[in-house]
Amino acid sequence: MTAITGDHPAERPTGTNGRRRRPTGVPGLRILTGGAARLWLVALLVGCWEIIARTKQDAYFPPPSTIVRVFHELWFSGPATHLFLTDKALDDFQPSFVNLFCGWALAAVVGLALGILLGRSSVAREILDPVLQFGRAVPPPTLIPFFIVVFDFGAQMQISTIAFGVIWPVLLNTADGVRTVEKLQLETAEVFGITGAARLFRITLPAAAPKIFAGLRVSLGFALILMVISELIGSTTGIGAHLISSQQGMELPEMWAGIVLLGILGCLFNAVFALVERRFLSWHSRARGLDS
Amino acid sequence: MLEVANLSHAYGDAPPVLSSIDLEVRPGELVSIVGPSGCGKSTLLRCIAGLQAPTAGQVRLDGKPVDRVPDNLAVVFQDYSRSLFPWMSVRDNVALPLRRRRKNRAQRQENAMKALESVGLPDAAAKYPWQLSGGMQQRVAIARALAYGPEFMIMDEPFGSVDAQTREDLEDLLLRVRGNSGMTILLVTHDIDESVYVGDRVVVLSKGPARVRADLWVGLPTARDQITTRELPEFVHLRAEVGRLVRGREAADEPKS
Repeated sequence: MTAITGDHPAERPTGTNGRRRRPTGVPGLRILTGGAARLWLVALLVGCWEIIARTKQDAYFPPPSTIVRVFHELWFSGPATHLFLTDKALDDFQPSFVNLFCGWALAAVVGLALGILLGRSSVAREILDPVLQFGRAVPPPTLIPFFIVVFDFGAQMQISTIAFGVIWPVLLNTADGVRTVEKLQLETAEVFGITGAARLFRITLPAAAPKIFAGLRVSLGFALILMVISELIGSTTGIGAHLISSQQGMELPEMWAGIVLLGILGCLFNAVFALVERRFLSWHSRARGLDS
Repeated sequence: MLEVANLSHAYGDAPPVLSSIDLEVRPGELVSIVGPSGCGKSTLLRCIAGLQAPTAGQVRLDGKPVDRVPDNLAVVFQDYSRSLFPWMSVRDNVALPLRRRRKNRAQRQENAMKALESVGLPDAAAKYPWQLSGGMQQRVAIARALAYGPEFMIMDEPFGSVDAQTREDLEDLLLRVRGNSGMTILLVTHDIDESVYVGDRVVVLSKGPARVRADLWVGLPTARDQITTRELPEFVHLRAEVGRLVRGREAADEPKS
């Protein structure tokens, strides 16, 4: 079994020179300022698109300004008391988010529990490995027809699709992280009588945390993808359903607005996850930053 | 305190690492075990600590057979950077073993601070282990063992990864700690000078498989000093004797005690 370690910030030294003891400033702010420096290319591309779209007047490619206007009208022109969210925003976002986070959380809990079991027991690993390899290899969307049969259309089907699809990175990374805890750390725990639950929560899980977080992060990305796919196929609510209905109504700017929205959500989830990860794994990145 | 009788160990079908080791450590003694690198010193310690079951023979601590790690025993490992937990502050690392002593959080923190003071590191409590130098990290590991309050402490080449000056400081720290606590200590080292300087007795192991080649009484005064002790004729004589035994130049029929 291989784990996804991936190129994520927790594995890079914090600070610009990697030798700093503490990251300076608010991490979120640094992400924003760092992002701004790289945004010029995005701005350039959007500018080009705007000019070309306006000259060509192609219905399939509305200019970004139109997309932004529609984007705003559709979801963010509501009253201030609702944080400017429109009723449509609540209707679209709520089912999507509920499905996304329920599916992801379910996968995280089950994946973590099974991963701990697999990491601890070589017998369980040998017995279950072929099953896991197969399960991981099945492309998650292919399970949608099955879940439609079992649960019919609706939230249950979508949550199941997401949970089944995104459990693998969490499960495999947890198993790998738990299996590869330093022997000396476990022996130290044994010497000082830290066993059972105390060992699990104070030694094994913190030691495996960098790999577990890497798995959770990959899973969150998959979860967004599966959320949209499950809504495209079998739903009348949610952001995916909005995409399909605007496509069927040939409302191209509305459809594009949905695509942009999903892109923004992907970035947002990733950024929030990075903040949480920094909070929990600061020891890891800082220790590595000093060691290297 | 500790009795090792006829202890042998082999990993799988490989030739034995330990062969019929007999060893006794009396309460309050500090016994150094010295031997050539790779002679199986660490395996011996692991068997004594109950981290590993020997293929033959027996280890008894206070008359009870050791089949898992006894709760009045602490181990200080050579590799402090792996043995200290990087996700815990220094204070939490030191306080961790006190959970087994059924103390509440405030008591654990207080005991941890006392232990850190006794190794001269009260200011490092809120730091993380990886923010400290190697010598300081090993002090933390010693503080953790002290906080645990064992009667018997095993040290596996504890000063093998630090520079010479730090090493001397840590040796003196060990002697001081031992004077204050009266703990029984078994220290494994490959450093001949160190084995004589800190020990009440030096047990010399031979290589492949490890046997007890000699068990020497160190007749030096209890109060030791890095400069003056090391220039005593007895010290010079003893370290030469141990050195010859370790290098195997002396006949293998050296008397066992």
